[in-house]
Amino acid sequence: MTLTLGHFLSLGAILFALSVIGIFLNRKNLIILLMAIELMLLAVNMNFVAFSYYLGDMRGQIFVFFILTVAAAESAIGLAILVQLFRNKSNINVDELNSLKG
Amino acid sequence: MDVKAGLFYVFAALLLFAAFRVVTARNPVHAALYLVWAFFQAAMIWLLLRAEFLAMALVLVYVGAVMVLFLFVVMMLDINFDSIRQGFWRHFPLAGVIGVVIALEMSAVLFAGFRMAEPKAMQTVVQSAGGQASNTRDLGILLYTEYVYPVQIAAVILLVAIIAAIALTLRERKDSKHIGVDAQVRVRAKDRLRVVKIGVTQAAKPMPAAADGDASAEGEKKS
Amino acid sequence: MNTMSQTLSASTLLTVALAPLVGAIVAGVFGTAFGGNRIGRRVSHSLTIGAVALAFLLSVGVLWDVVEHGARFNETLYTWMQVGALKMEIGFLVDGLTAMMMCVVTFVSLMVHLYTIGYMKEDEGYNRFFAYISLFTFSMLMLVMSNNLLQLFFGWEAVGLVSYLLIGFWFNKPTAIFANMKAFLVNRVGDFGFILGIGLIVANAGTLNYAEVFALSGELGTMAFPGTDWMLITVICICLFIGAMGKSAQFPLHVWLPDSMEGPTPISALIHAATMVTAGIFMVARMSPLFELSDTALSFVMVIGAITALFMGFLGIIQNDIKRVVAYSTLSQLGYMTVALGASAYSVAVFHLMTHAFFKALLFLAAGSVIMGVHHNQDIRWMGGLRKYMPITWITSLVGSLALIGTPLFAGFYSKDSIIEAVHFSNLPGAGFAHFAVLAGVFVTAFYSFRMYFLVFHGKERFDQNPDAHHDDHGHHGAHDKPHESPWVVTVPLILLAIPSVVIGYMTIGPMLFGDFFKDAIFVNATLHPAMAELAKIFHGPMAMASHALSTAPFWLALAGVVSSYYMYMVNPALPAAIKKRCMPIYTLLENKYYMDWFNENVLARGARMLGTGLWKGGDQALIDGTIVNGSWKVVVWISRQVRRLQSGYLFHYALSMILGVFGLMTYFVWRS
Repeated sequence: MTLTLGHFLSLGAILFALSVIGIFLNRKNLIILLMAIELMLLAVNMNFVAFSYYLGDMRGQIFVFFILTVAAAESAIGLAILVQLFRNKSNINVDELNSLKG
Repeated sequence: MDVKAGLFYVFAALLLFAAFRVVTARNPVHAALYLVWAFFQAAMIWLLLRAEFLAMALVLVYVGAVMVLFLFVVMMLDINFDSIRQGFWRHFPLAGVIGVVIALEMSAVLFAGFRMAEPKAMQTVVQSAGGQASNTRDLGILLYTEYVYPVQIAAVILLVAIIAAIALTLRERKDSKHIGVDAQVRVRAKDRLRVVKIGVTQAAKPMPAAADGDASAEGEKKS
Repeated sequence: MNTMSQTLSASTLLTVALAPLVGAIVAGVFGTAFGGNRIGRRVSHSLTIGAVALAFLLSVGVLWDVVEHGARFNETLYTWMQVGALKMEIGFLVDGLTAMMMCVVTFVSLMVHLYTIGYMKEDEGYNRFFAYISLFTFSMLMLVMSNNLLQLFFGWEAVGLVSYLLIGFWFNKPTAIFANMKAFLVNRVGDFGFILGIGLIVANAGTLNYAEVFALSGELGTMAFPGTDWMLITVICICLFIGAMGKSAQFPLHVWLPDSMEGPTPISALIHAATMVTAGIFMVARMSPLFELSDTALSFVMVIGAITALFMGFLGIIQNDIKRVVAYSTLSQLGYMTVALGASAYSVAVFHLMTHAFFKALLFLAAGSVIMGVHHNQDIRWMGGLRKYMPITWITSLVGSLALIGTPLFAGFYSKDSIIEAVHFSNLPGAGFAHFAVLAGVFVTAFYSFRMYFLVFHGKERFDQNPDAHHDDHGHHGAHDKPHESPWVVTVPLILLAIPSVVIGYMTIGPMLFGDFFKDAIFVNATLHPAMAELAKIFHGPMAMASHALSTAPFWLALAGVVSSYYMYMVNPALPAAIKKRCMPIYTLLENKYYMDWFNENVLARGARMLGTGLWKGGDQALIDGTIVNGSWKVVVWISRQVRRLQSGYLFHYALSMILGVFGLMTYFVWRS
């Protein structure tokens, strides 16, 4: 059958859902959490590109461009934080990151 | 089913499988590699959507830089990955339910709303007179005219990211004698210098009436 | 009489009211430690006496103007607050009633001021006392000269306050403090009713000014109390009368007056005989246009008065403290005045008020003189034969007692007999009982008055038999010193009070009761309440009334009272003890004052304290503090404790809640479309 915009969008949706599950499941591994965030960003980018193609507007791709930039910057900082965390606590257990508990 | 659709389904399936393995991999290195694979598949799909520049950028930037960074960090940290898998499957049912519901709902909404089959013609900003209309070219034209300011800001964001990453993780050498500039400036005279009043002449200290040898040794010690 | 009406001068009236106040302030501030003890006793007593004397002379002038030239005054001098249409004013209303009261108040006050020089000579609070009695004079004058209910209430409260201060003058005595609290609290109960009455008047007439209220009295008389089928005017009048019950010590709010004898004798004379306690009578007489509209209220007034007149008289029979005898006598006579008010004989009540002021003040001051003479012993069982030692006191006491019992030609005779006749002619329910009560009261009054007279001034001298003789401050050996007459500052007031006690009734009964003296002050509905009219028919002049007295019951009852008391206390002194033994239950009842004090202290006071404690523990601590105040923060803490669980510190919990939030919003939008 012909591809419609809907296909791509659902692909993005499922990808997003998978990454949400990933965040939720990974209690013990902070790195996987960061990777799941990357996946989320990928899902969003997928949506943007699909819209750009089907609506004939370049601006979607411009937006992806910028998202890519920011995602890179954010993962860099995120990993820096993770490294510091590891230095302090000797593990990257998300379960133990509850010092801000109320 | 035409070629495009078939390719799409293949790529999509692989992408989803890779994504699933990212979150469920036991070994974080494996997870990173699966993520690389997922990005490749995504790039393929974007090629299908005629976003060539972005597909390349995805591979070069994301896979080439970000994922490599991830791998560096994973391998740098000494993670005990046996212990990190405990309790994983305990939460799976709930997570699974939530994920399925989200996916279904989003699909329902999106599928119903967007039934466009034929893509509209891409509007080019500038009529490329005689030249080939390429994706990169179109992207470039738009970026450097209308979106110059966001480009600059993106650059600043990257700069900030560099500085932030370094500032977060920089460790000082413990044997460095470096003194912070602010401490140097804040020095006060009375922390460095103490004026003691001593008389011009001073009575000699009485020497103990002991053997000369001891007296001289003591005298030496005193000076 | 010159029928041209003039107005009196406002500055005269202001001087009358304010001169005592100025004297009080100067003596009270500069004469006491409060202001630094700058002036001595001579200065402060001269100042206050001068001020009150000035007020008295001006009052006499006012009375002259009112009687001879028909002068009247009804003006507002100052509006001190206005709330919407309601004005709160200071103003004076001077007519016959006011002028008479002004003269009585200032005269008795002047006598008491003079007397105090002698009586309080050895007291350290000398200047304070003068300040208080001058302040009292000011308050009472504001009360009687007022032209609106609010100023009346101000004067009412002020006299209550000064009474409190004076009863507790010797504030180191615990009994005095108990008495002054009792007086104030019982008065408060009365004032509560009074203020309800005033409030009802304000609510329904919209004004506090007498003239305006009386102008609306016709309409007020037809309104019903909302929500019930009582007449509004009945409720108003009964509420006002409750105030009078408190102030004028009618049953059951009489309990404070015997205890008020803890204060020095001069104030018992001034406040609790002549002036403050008559404020209630004055108020009802002033409000006569309103009271005439309600037969129920008048009946109520009459019955209460009758009960007081008779039963308080009984209590006077067994008292051993000289001042208490006179106190119960005052209560009984106030009951007489109230009965007269109930019979719509307002002018008779006010007339008796005037004559009673003179002879009762006289009796109190004489009692004080006796107390001074026997070195501060107050028990009449340990007196006797004082007529040899204190002749002036003796004669004046005799005059006072004769006036009190209603001896023909003396002042008390005219007023008391008029009351008895007026009640006889009244046709309200309860008049029969009232008539019986006032008649029986004549016998009782004569009995206890002359019991006291004989025990104090006649018979054997018993000063050395006093088991608990106490010495006065100068260390006289009291039991062995003979009594002596009091100095002139004490005896001159006695003489000056004795003169009106004899003549004033004869002189003024005609114009006051049956003439025009009160014609615009007191209003009587002659068709419904024919007592005054009937009385007028049988009045043929004071001389005729006196000679006619021999054929009326009160004269013979009074004579019987005198004769029986003579018999029981002079001829056969063992008889009282024998009677007491035979009628022990009655004696106990009388001695415990009908158990009213017991009731007040154990039932009412204890009940109020229990209620207070209950509300404190249950309401304040448990409910308000515990449940509402503490409970509210406990609820907040509980809620925050639950909400706190959301703040787990775990990133993925937060991410999850974000996701769920988005999910929820998505669902909402999906459903909407």
